[in-house]
Amino acid sequence: MTVWIAIGATFVGCYAVKLAGLLVPAGVLQKPLVKRLAALLPVALLAALTAQQTFADGRHLVLDARAAGLAAAAVALLLRAPFLLVVAAAVVVTAGVRALAG
Amino acid sequence: MTQRTTCTDTGAGHAVGAAAGKPDTAVVRDALAVGIAVGLSGFAFGVTSAGSGLTLPQTCALSLLVFTGASQFALVGALAAGGGPFTAAAGAFFLGVRNAFYGLRLSQLLALPRALRPLAAQWVIDETTAVTLAQPSRRAARIGFTVTGASLYLLWNLTTLLGALGARALGDTGAWGLDAAGPAVFLALLAPMLKSATQRAVAALAVLLGLGLLPVLPAGVPVLAAASAAPAVLYLAGRRTRRAPTPAGTAGTADGTHGMSETTGSGAGEDDR
Repeated sequence: MTVWIAIGATFVGCYAVKLAGLLVPAGVLQKPLVKRLAALLPVALLAALTAQQTFADGRHLVLDARAAGLAAAAVALLLRAPFLLVVAAAVVVTAGVRALAG
Repeated sequence: MTQRTTCTDTGAGHAVGAAAGKPDTAVVRDALAVGIAVGLSGFAFGVTSAGSGLTLPQTCALSLLVFTGASQFALVGALAAGGGPFTAAAGAFFLGVRNAFYGLRLSQLLALPRALRPLAAQWVIDETTAVTLAQPSRRAARIGFTVTGASLYLLWNLTTLLGALGARALGDTGAWGLDAAGPAVFLALLAPMLKSATQRAVAALAVLLGLGLLPVLPAGVPVLAAASAAPAVLYLAGRRTRRAPTPAGTAGTADGTHGMSETTGSGAGEDDR
């Protein structure tokens, strides 16, 4: 049930902002500060999420196979690999390190 | 490819491009390239969501209803980490806020009738915006938006279903390294946004906050706290600019929509979703 509540809340929120962009008069969101903040929010959230999902185990910080996988993804990104290849590199390297580690 | 930059920025570029014209088939081809390439990454979401413990209907409902990739990944990640439903939804919501700013640009370019806007809204995401902004005329923009939106929506939902089914067949997704798919997706979304010093500072501070607060705050809350890196860095950068009003001030100005115009470049859709 908890999950459905979360899905419902996310749907309502995400749809509302999509629609708001199409409906509100341009002036409201056109303030430079608001625009810059909106552009930087995803940077902060994505960076925090990347770090947490790589180094967190519950509420503890750990260094495990996922770190190697993320490093592989970073290399793939530097080599301008397409999106799916970046994800695949992370998955394969993580699985490989786990298999080697036993 | 250079033409895109001009079009993205001003209405002037728009008008010039319209005179040049662009065949409908070329627009459809570009739009399909993005729609298909990015639509396929629904696999990664389906697998990650199922691996996070969501059921098949829950996973599919997310792709059908929420349909904005980063928010979907964030939500299942937060739920898997034990976050409460509203904390988890808040993180996903903040990631979706950027779509409001895309909608703003799109409503000017597409000039949709009011009755159509609630329908079109569901497709207002990174990729459709990138394709639409790259078009030289209103007609091309409308075709680009519709074809990208439709192809991406269909494929994203189909591959979500297949990914979730596949993950179930695999059993322990951790053994297959699939728990690394989520962070890799976030990194791929983040990478093209790390161009200016301001953006890098925000990312670095957010990582510190996100990891540093993890042991002390309830699940899901550290990510929200890390979001404060954005206003914090903006504030500090603003103060520095006021003191030395010459070059530093330009650092953050390109933060916004520029990243998106890259997506259409090779059609690979390396960023977003």
